[in-house]
Amino acid sequence: MTLDTRPVRTTTPSQGSSGRRTPAREAEDRGRPSRSLVVALVLACAALMVVDKAGGDDSPIAPVRRVVGEVIGPVQAGVATVVRPVAGVPGAFRTNDSLREKVSDLEADNAALRIQLGKAGYDDQRLQDLEGLRAMAGDLGYALVPARVIAIGAAQSFSSTVTLDAGSDAGLRPDLTVVAAEGLVGRITSVTSHTATVLLIVDSSSAVGGRIGANKELGFVNGHGTLGEDDRLEMELADRNVVPKVGQQIVTWGSEGGSPYVAGVPIGKVTKVYESLRETSYRSVIAPNVDFTALDLVAVVVPSGTPGRVIEADGSLTP
Amino acid sequence: MRTNSAGRLLAVIIAVLGALMLQVTVLPHFAWRVGGLGVVPDLVLLVVVATALATDTRYATLTGFFAGLVLDIAPPADHLAGRWALALTVVGYVIGRLAHDNTAEVARFEPDGLRRPPLALVLAAAAGASFVGTSVFALTGVFLSDADASVGELLPVALVALLLDVVAALVVVPAAWWLLRRLSADRAAQTQWARA
Repeated sequence: MTLDTRPVRTTTPSQGSSGRRTPAREAEDRGRPSRSLVVALVLACAALMVVDKAGGDDSPIAPVRRVVGEVIGPVQAGVATVVRPVAGVPGAFRTNDSLREKVSDLEADNAALRIQLGKAGYDDQRLQDLEGLRAMAGDLGYALVPARVIAIGAAQSFSSTVTLDAGSDAGLRPDLTVVAAEGLVGRITSVTSHTATVLLIVDSSSAVGGRIGANKELGFVNGHGTLGEDDRLEMELADRNVVPKVGQQIVTWGSEGGSPYVAGVPIGKVTKVYESLRETSYRSVIAPNVDFTALDLVAVVVPSGTPGRVIEADGSLTP
Repeated sequence: MRTNSAGRLLAVIIAVLGALMLQVTVLPHFAWRVGGLGVVPDLVLLVVVATALATDTRYATLTGFFAGLVLDIAPPADHLAGRWALALTVVGYVIGRLAHDNTAEVARFEPDGLRRPPLALVLAAAAGASFVGTSVFALTGVFLSDADASVGELLPVALVALLLDVVAALVVVPAAWWLLRRLSADRAAQTQWARA
Protein backbone atom coordinates (compact mmCIF):
# COMPACT_ATOMS: atom_id res chain seq x y z
CA MET A 1 0.00 0.00 0.00
CA THR A 2 1.32 3.41 -0.92
CA LEU A 3 1.15 6.05 1.76
CA ASP A 4 0.08 9.56 0.90
CA THR A 5 3.09 11.61 1.96
CA ARG A 6 2.15 14.98 0.48
CA PRO A 7 1.46 17.89 2.84
CA VAL A 8 -2.13 18.33 3.98
CA ARG A 9 -4.08 20.83 1.89
CA THR A 10 -5.17 23.99 3.69
CA THR A 11 -8.93 24.34 3.93
CA THR A 12 -8.92 28.06 3.02
CA PRO A 13 -6.82 28.61 -0.10
CA SER A 14 -5.50 32.17 -0.44
CA GLN A 15 -7.00 34.24 -3.23
CA GLY A 16 -3.70 34.98 -4.96
CA SER A 17 -2.55 31.40 -5.40
CA SER A 18 -5.81 29.92 -6.69
CA GLY A 19 -4.40 29.42 -10.18
CA ARG A 20 -1.44 27.42 -8.99
CA ARG A 21 -3.12 23.98 -9.11
CA THR A 22 -4.35 22.63 -12.39
CA PRO A 23 -7.96 21.38 -12.54
CA ALA A 24 -6.84 17.87 -13.41
CA ARG A 25 -4.62 17.77 -10.38
CA GLU A 26 -7.46 18.89 -8.13
CA ALA A 27 -9.86 16.33 -9.57
CA GLU A 28 -7.30 13.66 -8.88
CA ASP A 29 -6.87 14.78 -5.28
CA ARG A 30 -10.59 14.91 -4.70
CA GLY A 31 -11.00 11.30 -5.78
CA ARG A 32 -8.33 9.89 -3.54
CA PRO A 33 -9.50 8.21 -0.35
CA SER A 34 -8.08 9.63 2.84
CA ARG A 35 -5.70 7.39 4.70
CA SER A 36 -8.13 7.14 7.59
CA LEU A 37 -10.87 5.79 5.29
CA VAL A 38 -8.63 3.06 3.90
CA VAL A 39 -7.44 2.10 7.37
CA ALA A 40 -11.03 2.11 8.64
CA LEU A 41 -12.21 -0.21 5.85
CA VAL A 42 -9.33 -2.65 6.33
CA LEU A 43 -9.92 -2.69 10.07
CA ALA A 44 -13.63 -3.24 9.47
CA CYS A 45 -12.82 -6.33 7.36
CA ALA A 46 -10.41 -7.62 9.99
CA ALA A 47 -12.94 -7.04 12.77
CA LEU A 48 -15.62 -8.85 10.78
CA MET A 49 -13.36 -11.87 10.22
CA VAL A 50 -12.35 -12.02 13.88
CA VAL A 51 -15.95 -11.70 15.09
CA ASP A 52 -17.13 -14.40 12.69
CA LYS A 53 -14.25 -16.72 13.59
CA ALA A 54 -14.58 -16.22 17.35
CA GLY A 55 -18.36 -16.66 17.24
CA GLY A 56 -18.11 -20.07 15.60
CA ASP A 57 -21.51 -21.58 14.89
CA ASP A 58 -23.57 -18.88 16.61
CA SER A 59 -21.63 -15.85 15.38
CA PRO A 60 -23.41 -12.50 15.08
CA ILE A 61 -22.97 -12.76 11.28
CA ALA A 62 -25.36 -15.72 11.04
CA PRO A 63 -28.59 -13.65 11.45
CA VAL A 64 -27.31 -11.18 8.83
CA ARG A 65 -26.59 -14.07 6.46
CA ARG A 66 -30.08 -15.35 7.05
CA VAL A 67 -31.73 -12.00 6.29
CA VAL A 68 -29.70 -11.54 3.10
CA GLY A 69 -30.51 -15.11 2.11
CA GLU A 70 -34.24 -14.42 2.55
CA VAL A 71 -33.95 -11.62 0.00
CA ILE A 72 -31.50 -13.16 -2.48
CA GLY A 73 -32.72 -16.77 -2.28
CA PRO A 74 -35.99 -16.28 -4.19
CA VAL A 75 -34.18 -14.24 -6.87
CA GLN A 76 -31.62 -17.02 -7.28
CA ALA A 77 -34.43 -19.58 -7.55
CA GLY A 78 -36.07 -17.49 -10.27
CA VAL A 79 -32.86 -17.08 -12.25
CA ALA A 80 -32.10 -20.81 -11.90
CA THR A 81 -35.52 -21.70 -13.30
CA VAL A 82 -34.82 -19.59 -16.37
CA VAL A 83 -31.26 -20.87 -16.78
CA ARG A 84 -31.88 -24.60 -16.35
CA PRO A 85 -33.29 -25.28 -19.86
CA VAL A 86 -30.65 -23.06 -21.49
CA ALA A 87 -27.81 -24.81 -19.65
CA GLY A 88 -28.99 -28.13 -21.05
CA VAL A 89 -28.56 -27.00 -24.67
CA PRO A 90 -24.84 -27.96 -25.07
CA GLY A 91 -25.76 -31.52 -24.02
CA ALA A 92 -27.99 -31.82 -27.08
CA PHE A 93 -25.02 -31.37 -29.43
CA ARG A 94 -23.21 -34.62 -28.77
CA THR A 95 -20.95 -36.25 -31.28
CA ASN A 96 -21.65 -39.66 -32.73
CA ASP A 97 -18.50 -40.99 -31.08
CA SER A 98 -19.54 -39.95 -27.61
CA LEU A 99 -22.94 -41.54 -28.16
CA ARG A 100 -21.33 -44.79 -29.32
CA GLU A 101 -19.10 -44.76 -26.29
CA LYS A 102 -22.13 -44.22 -24.12
CA VAL A 103 -23.92 -47.18 -25.74
CA SER A 104 -21.00 -49.51 -25.05
CA ASP A 105 -20.77 -48.24 -21.47
CA LEU A 106 -24.45 -48.89 -20.95
CA GLU A 107 -24.15 -52.39 -22.44
CA ALA A 108 -21.41 -53.16 -19.95
CA ASP A 109 -23.59 -51.80 -17.16
CA ASN A 110 -26.45 -53.95 -18.35
CA ALA A 111 -24.33 -57.07 -18.20
CA ALA A 112 -23.22 -56.23 -14.68
CA LEU A 113 -26.81 -55.66 -13.62
CA ARG A 114 -27.86 -59.03 -15.09
CA ILE A 115 -25.25 -60.73 -12.96
CA GLN A 116 -26.58 -58.89 -9.93
CA LEU A 117 -30.08 -60.01 -10.81
CA GLY A 118 -28.82 -63.58 -10.76
CA LYS A 119 -27.77 -63.13 -7.17
CA ALA A 120 -31.05 -61.46 -6.25
CA GLY A 121 -32.42 -64.47 -4.41
CA TYR A 122 -29.59 -64.31 -1.92
CA ASP A 123 -29.99 -60.56 -1.57
CA ASP A 124 -33.71 -61.00 -0.92
CA GLN A 125 -32.88 -63.34 1.90
CA ARG A 126 -30.54 -60.80 3.38
CA LEU A 127 -33.09 -58.06 2.91
CA GLN A 128 -35.62 -60.06 4.91
CA ASP A 129 -33.09 -60.43 7.68
CA LEU A 130 -32.49 -56.71 7.61
CA GLU A 131 -36.21 -55.98 7.71
CA GLY A 132 -36.50 -58.15 10.77
CA LEU A 133 -33.64 -56.34 12.45
CA ARG A 134 -35.18 -53.05 11.57
CA ALA A 135 -38.52 -53.97 13.09
CA MET A 136 -36.69 -55.03 16.21
CA ALA A 137 -34.71 -51.84 16.51
CA GLY A 138 -37.89 -49.79 16.27
CA ASP A 139 -39.12 -47.74 13.41
CA LEU A 140 -36.09 -45.91 12.03
CA GLY A 141 -37.87 -44.68 8.87
CA TYR A 142 -36.89 -41.32 7.50
CA ALA A 143 -38.72 -39.05 5.12
CA LEU A 144 -37.17 -37.02 2.31
CA VAL A 145 -37.79 -33.41 1.32
CA PRO A 146 -37.04 -33.00 -2.41
CA ALA A 147 -35.12 -29.85 -3.41
CA ARG A 148 -33.21 -28.45 -6.36
CA VAL A 149 -29.78 -26.85 -6.47
CA ILE A 150 -30.17 -23.18 -7.37
CA ALA A 151 -26.71 -21.69 -6.80
CA ILE A 152 -23.19 -23.12 -6.77
CA GLY A 153 -20.13 -21.58 -5.10
CA ALA A 154 -17.11 -20.86 -7.30
CA ALA A 155 -13.90 -22.85 -6.94
CA GLN A 156 -12.06 -19.60 -6.19
CA SER A 157 -13.75 -19.57 -2.78
CA PHE A 158 -11.99 -22.89 -1.99
CA SER A 159 -15.06 -24.17 -0.20
CA SER A 160 -17.60 -26.41 -1.89
CA THR A 161 -21.09 -25.17 -1.08
CA VAL A 162 -24.39 -25.06 -2.95
CA THR A 163 -27.79 -23.50 -2.25
CA LEU A 164 -31.06 -25.47 -2.28
CA ASP A 165 -34.50 -24.03 -2.99
CA ALA A 166 -36.08 -25.38 0.20
CA GLY A 167 -35.63 -23.89 3.65
CA SER A 168 -37.05 -23.76 7.14
CA ASP A 169 -40.59 -23.43 5.71
CA ALA A 170 -40.21 -26.98 4.35
CA GLY A 171 -39.03 -28.22 7.75
CA LEU A 172 -35.27 -28.01 7.15
CA ARG A 173 -32.73 -26.99 9.77
CA PRO A 174 -28.92 -27.05 9.98
CA ASP A 175 -27.16 -30.43 10.33
CA LEU A 176 -29.53 -32.50 8.23
CA THR A 177 -28.24 -35.02 5.68
CA VAL A 178 -28.57 -34.20 1.97
CA VAL A 179 -28.67 -37.09 -0.49
CA ALA A 180 -29.09 -37.53 -4.24
CA ALA A 181 -30.44 -40.58 -6.03
CA GLU A 182 -26.88 -41.94 -6.29
CA GLY A 183 -25.71 -41.34 -2.71
CA LEU A 184 -24.55 -38.87 -0.08
CA VAL A 185 -24.23 -35.20 -1.07
CA GLY A 186 -23.46 -33.35 2.17
CA ARG A 187 -25.06 -31.65 5.12
CA ILE A 188 -26.95 -28.42 5.64
CA THR A 189 -24.96 -25.67 7.37
CA SER A 190 -27.49 -22.85 7.42
CA VAL A 191 -31.09 -22.22 6.37
CA THR A 192 -33.34 -19.29 5.54
CA SER A 193 -37.09 -19.61 5.13
CA HIS A 194 -36.79 -20.56 1.43
CA THR A 195 -33.18 -21.62 0.93
CA ALA A 196 -30.59 -23.83 2.56
CA THR A 197 -26.80 -23.83 2.21
CA VAL A 198 -25.20 -27.26 1.87
CA LEU A 199 -21.56 -28.15 2.59
CA LEU A 200 -20.62 -30.90 0.12
CA ILE A 201 -18.67 -33.92 1.35
CA VAL A 202 -15.88 -33.11 -1.14
CA ASP A 203 -15.12 -29.89 0.77
CA SER A 204 -11.76 -30.04 2.51
CA SER A 205 -13.33 -29.29 5.90
CA SER A 206 -15.82 -32.15 5.63
CA ALA A 207 -15.34 -35.42 7.55
CA VAL A 208 -17.93 -38.17 7.40
CA GLY A 209 -17.96 -41.35 9.44
CA GLY A 210 -18.00 -44.18 6.91
CA ARG A 211 -17.89 -47.94 6.93
CA ILE A 212 -17.00 -50.51 4.31
CA GLY A 213 -20.28 -52.10 3.30
CA ALA A 214 -18.83 -55.60 2.93
CA ASN A 215 -17.12 -56.02 6.30
CA LYS A 216 -18.50 -53.19 8.43
CA GLU A 217 -15.06 -51.73 9.16
CA LEU A 218 -15.26 -48.13 10.38
CA GLY A 219 -13.29 -45.17 9.16
CA PHE A 220 -13.40 -41.50 8.31
CA VAL A 221 -14.05 -40.15 4.84
CA ASN A 222 -12.42 -36.76 4.34
CA GLY A 223 -13.10 -34.34 1.53
CA HIS A 224 -10.14 -33.27 -0.54
CA GLY A 225 -11.53 -30.23 -2.27
CA THR A 226 -8.71 -30.48 -4.81
CA LEU A 227 -7.92 -31.09 -8.43
CA GLY A 228 -8.85 -34.12 -10.46
CA GLU A 229 -12.13 -35.73 -11.29
CA ASP A 230 -12.01 -38.98 -9.37
CA ASP A 231 -9.77 -38.56 -6.32
CA ARG A 232 -11.73 -36.15 -4.26
CA LEU A 233 -12.51 -38.29 -1.19
CA GLU A 234 -10.10 -40.14 1.05
CA MET A 235 -10.84 -42.73 3.70
CA GLU A 236 -8.77 -43.76 6.64
CA LEU A 237 -9.80 -46.88 8.55
CA ALA A 238 -9.84 -47.08 12.31
CA ASP A 239 -8.43 -50.61 12.31
CA ARG A 240 -4.89 -50.58 10.99
CA ASN A 241 -4.84 -54.23 10.05
CA VAL A 242 -7.72 -54.14 7.61
CA VAL A 243 -6.83 -53.61 3.96
CA PRO A 244 -9.65 -52.12 1.91
CA LYS A 245 -10.19 -53.67 -1.51
CA VAL A 246 -10.72 -51.83 -4.77
CA GLY A 247 -14.40 -51.76 -5.69
CA GLN A 248 -15.78 -52.05 -2.18
CA GLN A 249 -18.76 -49.81 -1.48
CA ILE A 250 -18.53 -47.26 1.35
CA VAL A 251 -21.68 -46.26 3.26
CA THR A 252 -22.21 -43.77 6.08
CA TRP A 253 -21.80 -44.99 9.59
CA GLY A 254 -24.36 -42.58 11.02
CA SER A 255 -24.25 -40.02 13.79
CA GLU A 256 -26.18 -39.99 17.03
CA GLY A 257 -29.82 -39.11 16.33
CA GLY A 258 -29.22 -39.08 12.59
CA SER A 259 -27.70 -35.61 12.65
CA PRO A 260 -25.70 -34.49 10.74
CA TYR A 261 -25.46 -37.85 8.87
CA VAL A 262 -27.92 -40.74 8.92
CA ALA A 263 -26.62 -44.29 8.66
CA GLY A 264 -26.45 -46.45 5.55
CA VAL A 265 -26.29 -43.86 2.77
CA PRO A 266 -23.85 -44.94 0.03
CA ILE A 267 -20.87 -42.59 -0.35
CA GLY A 268 -18.72 -44.12 -3.08
CA LYS A 269 -16.42 -46.94 -4.20
CA VAL A 270 -12.80 -47.62 -3.30
CA THR A 271 -10.65 -46.94 -6.37
CA LYS A 272 -7.12 -46.93 -4.98
CA VAL A 273 -5.49 -48.16 -1.81
CA TYR A 274 -2.11 -47.09 -0.53
CA GLU A 275 -0.13 -47.53 2.63
CA SER A 276 0.64 -44.44 4.66
CA LEU A 277 4.12 -45.10 6.05
CA ARG A 278 4.03 -42.31 8.59
CA GLU A 279 0.74 -43.31 10.17
CA THR A 280 1.20 -47.06 9.58
CA SER A 281 -2.34 -47.39 8.28
CA TYR A 282 -4.03 -47.82 4.92
CA ARG A 283 -5.64 -44.91 3.17
CA SER A 284 -8.03 -45.42 0.31
CA VAL A 285 -9.21 -43.09 -2.39
CA ILE A 286 -12.97 -43.07 -2.81
CA ALA A 287 -14.73 -42.21 -6.07
CA PRO A 288 -17.98 -40.57 -4.94
CA ASN A 289 -21.21 -41.99 -6.33
CA VAL A 290 -22.58 -38.49 -6.87
CA ASP A 291 -21.33 -36.29 -9.71
CA PHE A 292 -20.86 -33.06 -7.76
CA THR A 293 -20.39 -30.93 -10.84
CA ALA A 294 -23.80 -31.91 -12.19
CA LEU A 295 -25.99 -31.74 -9.10
CA ASP A 296 -29.62 -30.87 -9.67
CA LEU A 297 -32.40 -32.75 -7.88
CA VAL A 298 -31.43 -33.74 -4.34
CA ALA A 299 -33.34 -34.64 -1.17
CA VAL A 300 -32.94 -33.76 2.49
CA VAL A 301 -33.43 -36.47 5.11
CA VAL A 302 -35.97 -35.34 7.73
CA PRO A 303 -37.73 -37.19 10.55
CA SER A 304 -40.83 -39.09 9.42
CA GLY A 305 -44.03 -37.12 9.86
CA THR A 306 -42.59 -33.72 8.97
CA PRO A 307 -45.40 -31.53 7.60
CA GLY A 308 -45.19 -30.24 4.03
CA ARG A 309 -44.15 -31.82 0.73
CA VAL A 310 -42.20 -34.95 1.69
CA ILE A 311 -41.56 -38.43 0.35
CA GLU A 312 -42.35 -40.79 3.23
CA ALA A 313 -40.23 -43.83 4.05
CA ASP A 314 -42.83 -46.20 2.56
CA GLY A 315 -42.64 -44.39 -0.78
CA SER A 316 -45.86 -42.40 -0.49
CA LEU A 317 -45.82 -38.72 -1.42
CA THR A 318 -47.64 -36.31 0.89
CA PRO A 319 -48.65 -33.14 -0.89
CA MET B 1 -20.25 18.17 -8.77
CA ARG B 2 -20.98 17.29 -12.37
CA THR B 3 -21.73 13.63 -11.73
CA ASN B 4 -25.12 12.48 -10.52
CA SER B 5 -24.24 10.66 -7.31
CA ALA B 6 -27.65 9.00 -6.82
CA GLY B 7 -27.53 7.63 -10.36
CA ARG B 8 -23.98 6.45 -9.83
CA LEU B 9 -24.95 4.62 -6.65
CA LEU B 10 -27.87 2.99 -8.45
CA ALA B 11 -25.60 1.91 -11.31
CA VAL B 12 -23.10 0.33 -8.89
CA ILE B 13 -25.84 -1.52 -7.01
CA ILE B 14 -27.39 -2.86 -10.23
CA ALA B 15 -23.98 -3.94 -11.55
CA VAL B 16 -22.89 -5.66 -8.33
CA LEU B 17 -26.14 -7.55 -7.76
CA GLY B 18 -26.43 -8.52 -11.42
CA ALA B 19 -22.85 -9.79 -11.41
CA LEU B 20 -23.47 -11.78 -8.21
CA MET B 21 -26.56 -13.46 -9.68
CA LEU B 22 -24.77 -14.38 -12.91
CA GLN B 23 -21.77 -15.64 -10.99
CA VAL B 24 -23.60 -18.11 -8.74
CA THR B 25 -26.55 -19.22 -10.85
CA VAL B 26 -25.74 -18.96 -14.57
CA LEU B 27 -21.98 -19.39 -14.92
CA PRO B 28 -21.50 -22.61 -12.86
CA HIS B 29 -23.25 -24.48 -15.68
CA PHE B 30 -20.46 -23.44 -18.05
CA ALA B 31 -17.59 -23.52 -15.55
CA TRP B 32 -14.03 -24.66 -16.17
CA ARG B 33 -13.73 -27.87 -14.17
CA VAL B 34 -10.45 -27.53 -12.29
CA GLY B 35 -11.19 -27.47 -8.58
CA GLY B 36 -13.87 -29.29 -6.70
CA LEU B 37 -16.60 -27.31 -8.39
CA GLY B 38 -15.43 -25.48 -11.46
CA VAL B 39 -13.82 -22.07 -11.73
CA VAL B 40 -16.02 -19.25 -13.00
CA PRO B 41 -15.03 -15.68 -13.94
CA ASP B 42 -15.22 -13.42 -10.89
CA LEU B 43 -17.76 -10.92 -12.21
CA VAL B 44 -18.13 -8.95 -8.98
CA LEU B 45 -14.37 -8.32 -8.97
CA LEU B 46 -14.59 -7.10 -12.56
CA VAL B 47 -17.38 -4.69 -11.63
CA VAL B 48 -15.09 -3.26 -8.96
CA VAL B 49 -12.37 -2.88 -11.62
CA ALA B 50 -14.81 -1.06 -13.90
CA THR B 51 -15.78 1.23 -11.02
CA ALA B 52 -12.12 1.99 -10.38
CA LEU B 53 -11.63 2.96 -14.03
CA ALA B 54 -14.88 4.93 -14.41
CA THR B 55 -14.93 6.79 -11.07
CA ASP B 56 -12.29 7.75 -8.52
CA THR B 57 -10.20 5.70 -6.13
CA ARG B 58 -12.27 6.60 -3.07
CA TYR B 59 -15.47 5.43 -4.70
CA ALA B 60 -13.81 2.26 -5.97
CA THR B 61 -12.48 1.40 -2.50
CA LEU B 62 -15.92 1.82 -0.95
CA THR B 63 -17.55 -0.15 -3.78
CA GLY B 64 -15.00 -2.93 -3.28
CA PHE B 65 -15.76 -3.09 0.43
CA PHE B 66 -19.52 -3.31 0.05
CA ALA B 67 -19.46 -5.62 -2.98
CA GLY B 68 -17.15 -7.95 -1.04
CA LEU B 69 -19.51 -7.81 1.91
CA VAL B 70 -22.40 -8.92 -0.31
CA LEU B 71 -20.27 -11.75 -1.72
CA ASP B 72 -19.38 -12.81 1.83
CA ILE B 73 -22.92 -12.89 3.13
CA ALA B 74 -25.17 -13.91 0.23
CA PRO B 75 -25.79 -17.66 -0.10
CA PRO B 76 -24.03 -20.03 -0.92
CA ALA B 77 -21.13 -18.31 0.92
CA ASP B 78 -20.02 -20.29 3.95
CA HIS B 79 -16.53 -18.92 4.63
CA LEU B 80 -15.64 -16.33 7.29
CA ALA B 81 -17.37 -13.03 6.55
CA GLY B 82 -14.99 -10.20 5.65
CA ARG B 83 -12.55 -12.19 3.51
CA TRP B 84 -13.90 -11.10 0.13
CA ALA B 85 -14.59 -7.64 1.60
CA LEU B 86 -10.90 -7.24 2.41
CA ALA B 87 -9.82 -8.67 -0.95
CA LEU B 88 -12.07 -6.38 -2.99
CA THR B 89 -11.26 -3.30 -0.86
CA VAL B 90 -7.61 -3.88 -1.67
CA VAL B 91 -8.48 -4.42 -5.35
CA GLY B 92 -10.51 -1.19 -5.53
CA TYR B 93 -7.76 0.82 -3.86
CA VAL B 94 -4.82 -0.65 -5.79
CA ILE B 95 -6.45 -0.53 -9.23
CA GLY B 96 -7.82 2.96 -8.58
CA ARG B 97 -4.47 4.31 -7.47
CA LEU B 98 -2.49 2.64 -10.27
CA ALA B 99 -4.93 3.68 -12.97
CA HIS B 100 -5.40 7.27 -11.85
CA ASP B 101 -1.82 8.03 -10.84
CA ASN B 102 0.08 6.43 -13.69
CA THR B 103 -2.11 6.71 -16.76
CA ALA B 104 -2.53 10.04 -18.47
CA GLU B 105 -5.59 8.87 -20.41
CA VAL B 106 -7.58 7.95 -17.34
CA ALA B 107 -6.87 11.26 -15.67
CA ARG B 108 -8.02 13.02 -18.82
CA PHE B 109 -11.22 11.13 -19.46
CA GLU B 110 -12.32 11.34 -15.89
CA PRO B 111 -13.77 14.89 -15.68
CA ASP B 112 -15.76 14.93 -18.92
CA GLY B 113 -16.55 11.24 -19.08
CA LEU B 114 -16.52 10.92 -22.86
CA ARG B 115 -13.68 8.53 -23.58
CA ARG B 116 -13.63 4.82 -22.93
CA PRO B 117 -10.58 3.35 -21.19
CA PRO B 118 -8.18 1.74 -23.71
CA LEU B 119 -8.42 -2.04 -24.12
CA ALA B 120 -4.88 -2.76 -22.96
CA LEU B 121 -5.55 -0.89 -19.74
CA VAL B 122 -8.76 -2.86 -19.12
CA LEU B 123 -7.00 -6.20 -19.65
CA ALA B 124 -4.03 -5.25 -17.48
CA ALA B 125 -6.32 -3.99 -14.73
CA ALA B 126 -8.44 -7.18 -14.85
CA ALA B 127 -5.38 -9.43 -14.70
CA GLY B 128 -3.84 -7.48 -11.82
CA ALA B 129 -7.13 -7.29 -9.94
CA SER B 130 -7.81 -11.00 -10.35
CA PHE B 131 -4.35 -11.90 -9.09
CA VAL B 132 -4.50 -9.52 -6.12
CA GLY B 133 -8.08 -10.39 -5.21
CA THR B 134 -7.76 -14.18 -5.37
CA SER B 135 -4.42 -14.09 -3.53
CA VAL B 136 -5.69 -11.87 -0.72
CA PHE B 137 -8.77 -14.07 -0.36
CA ALA B 138 -6.76 -17.29 -0.38
CA LEU B 139 -4.10 -15.97 2.00
CA THR B 140 -6.64 -14.75 4.57
CA GLY B 141 -8.11 -18.26 4.42
CA VAL B 142 -4.70 -19.79 5.06
CA PHE B 143 -3.91 -17.40 7.94
CA LEU B 144 -7.28 -17.86 9.63
CA SER B 145 -7.19 -21.61 8.85
CA ASP B 146 -10.62 -21.28 7.24
CA ALA B 147 -9.77 -23.33 4.15
CA ASP B 148 -7.13 -25.99 4.75
CA ALA B 149 -5.88 -26.15 1.16
CA SER B 150 -2.15 -25.78 0.55
CA VAL B 151 -0.51 -23.17 -1.67
CA GLY B 152 0.17 -25.84 -4.28
CA GLU B 153 -3.57 -26.49 -4.56
CA LEU B 154 -4.49 -22.81 -4.58
CA LEU B 155 -2.13 -21.84 -7.37
CA PRO B 156 -3.69 -23.68 -10.36
CA VAL B 157 -7.15 -22.43 -9.41
CA ALA B 158 -5.84 -18.86 -9.11
CA LEU B 159 -4.16 -19.09 -12.51
CA VAL B 160 -7.24 -20.44 -14.28
CA ALA B 161 -9.32 -17.77 -12.54
CA LEU B 162 -6.90 -15.12 -13.81
CA LEU B 163 -7.26 -16.39 -17.37
CA LEU B 164 -11.05 -16.49 -17.21
CA ASP B 165 -11.20 -13.06 -15.58
CA VAL B 166 -9.15 -11.51 -18.38
CA VAL B 167 -11.45 -13.04 -21.01
CA ALA B 168 -14.60 -12.01 -19.15
CA ALA B 169 -13.19 -8.50 -18.66
CA LEU B 170 -13.52 -7.91 -22.41
CA VAL B 171 -17.29 -7.91 -21.97
CA VAL B 172 -17.98 -7.14 -18.32
CA VAL B 173 -15.77 -4.09 -17.79
CA PRO B 174 -17.07 -2.14 -20.85
CA ALA B 175 -20.66 -3.09 -19.92
CA ALA B 176 -20.32 -1.97 -16.31
CA TRP B 177 -18.42 1.15 -17.42
CA TRP B 178 -21.21 2.02 -19.85
CA LEU B 179 -23.86 1.49 -17.15
CA LEU B 180 -21.98 3.74 -14.71
CA ARG B 181 -21.53 6.45 -17.31
CA ARG B 182 -25.09 6.20 -18.52
CA LEU B 183 -26.71 6.56 -15.12
CA SER B 184 -24.25 8.94 -13.47
CA ALA B 185 -23.72 11.41 -16.33
CA ASP B 186 -27.43 11.78 -16.95
CA ARG B 187 -27.92 15.06 -15.17
CA ALA B 188 -24.73 16.58 -16.56
CA ALA B 189 -25.90 15.81 -20.08
CA GLN B 190 -29.29 17.34 -19.38
CA THR B 191 -27.79 20.60 -18.10
CA GLN B 192 -25.58 20.77 -21.15
CA TRP B 193 -28.61 20.28 -23.39
CA ALA B 194 -30.43 23.02 -21.49
CA ARG B 195 -27.52 25.41 -22.03
CA ALA B 196 -27.34 24.71 -25.74
